[in-house]
Amino acid sequence: MSEPLLAVRGVKTYYGNIIALKGVDLDVNEGEIVALIGANGAGKSTLMMTVFGKPQAREGQILYRGQDITRMETHEIARLQIAQSPEGRRIFPRMTVYENLQMGAAVTGGQHFASDLERMFTLFPRLKERMGQRGGTLSGGEQQMLAIARALMSRPRLLLLDEPSLGLAPLIVKQIFGAIGELNKDEGLTVFLVEQNAYHALKLAHRGYVMVNGVITMSGTGRELLAKEEIRAAYLEGGRQ
Amino acid sequence: MSSPARQPFGLAALKDAAIAALITLGLFAPVMGLRTAQDNSGLTIVENWWPVLVAVAVVFFGRLILNAFFWSDNGFKVTDLIPRGEATAKVGETLAKLLAPVLIIVAIGLPLIPGLDRYYIDLGILVLTYVMLGWGLNIVVGLAGLLDLGYVAFYAVGAYSFALIATVVIPNYAPGLELWAFWICLPLAGLLAAFWGIILGFPVLRLRGDYLAIVTLAFGEIIRIVLLNWYEFTGGPNGINRIPDATFFGLEFKRNNGFADFFGLDYSSTQKFIFLYYLILVLAFLTNFATIRLRRLPIGRAWEAMREDEIACRSLGLSIVKTKLTAFALGAMFGGFAGSFFATKQGFISPESFSFIESANILAIVVLGGMGSQLGIAIAALVMVGGFEYFREFEQYRMLVFGLAMVLIMIWRPRGLISSRTATVFLKEKKTVSADMVAEGRG
Repeated sequence: MSEPLLAVRGVKTYYGNIIALKGVDLDVNEGEIVALIGANGAGKSTLMMTVFGKPQAREGQILYRGQDITRMETHEIARLQIAQSPEGRRIFPRMTVYENLQMGAAVTGGQHFASDLERMFTLFPRLKERMGQRGGTLSGGEQQMLAIARALMSRPRLLLLDEPSLGLAPLIVKQIFGAIGELNKDEGLTVFLVEQNAYHALKLAHRGYVMVNGVITMSGTGRELLAKEEIRAAYLEGGRQ
Repeated sequence: MSSPARQPFGLAALKDAAIAALITLGLFAPVMGLRTAQDNSGLTIVENWWPVLVAVAVVFFGRLILNAFFWSDNGFKVTDLIPRGEATAKVGETLAKLLAPVLIIVAIGLPLIPGLDRYYIDLGILVLTYVMLGWGLNIVVGLAGLLDLGYVAFYAVGAYSFALIATVVIPNYAPGLELWAFWICLPLAGLLAAFWGIILGFPVLRLRGDYLAIVTLAFGEIIRIVLLNWYEFTGGPNGINRIPDATFFGLEFKRNNGFADFFGLDYSSTQKFIFLYYLILVLAFLTNFATIRLRRLPIGRAWEAMREDEIACRSLGLSIVKTKLTAFALGAMFGGFAGSFFATKQGFISPESFSFIESANILAIVVLGGMGSQLGIAIAALVMVGGFEYFREFEQYRMLVFGLAMVLIMIWRPRGLISSRTATVFLKEKKTVSADMVAEGRG
């Protein structure tokens, strides 16, 4: 098999003296949706942030298209066609939806801005209605759509999504996951997804990883993982929809 | 009496009035009841209980009346007097639309009013200087969201750069250019101030909020103390005097062979001040114009985005280093321009003019005006600086009124006079939501 788009090799990340990632190995291949699930505090978001260089991994390597990006600055990584929709959405609340999207296109220099904008509006028609409105006045779901759209405005090859379902109603979650699936199918966008919502995430993903206390304990195709007894017990019971 | 849940009128109201009266007694007895007086045996205490009694009575009965007529459940409430955010936002926006052109016309026309006292032109110059400083600081605080408590440092750098170049460098190395001193030094002073902005920017790249504020505060003080103590270079507390006047592109404002002769006018000492007035007006407009244009460019958007969320900015591929440093440098540059103007207008500068209170004043103008709002800042500068100067006779009460105004504005318009941020792009219709409606705290 050809080399993965994103390869995480033996990454250890510390917060001060506290170890958060205890040697993580993970691959994301071109055109895949990969889901990382795990309980609170397992280190999922830390891994996502480590990929983006904040905090930097103390040991191990992160390779993107074969290039070592472990020690690069966050904004340099963002210019390599990797986009991130960070945890908690982090849209710009006092700026309009349109301006938020403009910020997303900052890296590209606005070359394909008009056509990209149209694409975002077909993907998330709600954003079109809200175009002139301030980001902070949107509902949670709309903010999440905006965060994803903003990330997509930079024309990424790899999209990192940190808990896109956080605090959203099931129907909105379905819409957002639907949009992610569409992007993957139609445009071949590679997606790396961190989720609490294991059922939805694994159903959508081609492959999944399970993280417990800073190490990957299980991996497999989304369907395999969903079928496993341990996963059902730990992440799905009661949470099934 | 109408609502059964309430105690019969009287008891609760009486209790309330009695407590208020007691507090009044406690407060007023020592203040109004006792007074010291000079006596041939020394200081004695004079007792005078009447005013206290009157005060207590007024409070007691006033409280009773308020309880009876105004504070009943379905009656009028004092808090109703405070306008709601939405209402004031609307009023603010309409006013803003009308006020901006009016202010511009007044600003341009003021010196042309025949027979106008020179005092008003001086006042206008002072106000405009602060408008310009406010607009300059607005780039750093309002747009980029970097709380800068040491802005006066750049004002000082600009003023001293101009003063030193004009009094030392030019007479010694380029004596032919003396008449052009101001026009040569203005851009240089701006550049030097911008350079110092970058110098300040580097160590504070990683700081935010309170920590940044402390460092900038210290920076302002460092500059002032260096100016005060580096006697050989800056003249220390004696300052620098005989700073050349600004010329009308090489034409001096003097009785013979100057500006008046060249244009065939009668000489008048006011001409120089009218010129200075228009000079600072142009400089202020330049600041405003630059800010408005920059806001629509990617760099301006990056400033605002950085104010909103630094982490999101990084993840979108923006270099925080570049964004912060440009904000500091540009804000400082306009401070430097204002400083040069100040030096040429005064003809004398000393470190005294660049104390922390100046930084605080400029910051207050920006905050009261509404961070990021150009018009709001102009109004705030007009009210704070102009109002202060105009009511000089009431010196004793100035700080009192100032404090009251601050408190009232923070109650009514917690985000400043004009808080609605105008979007940089309009699509078909202009749809702004007042900042009051948007979550607090991130601004």
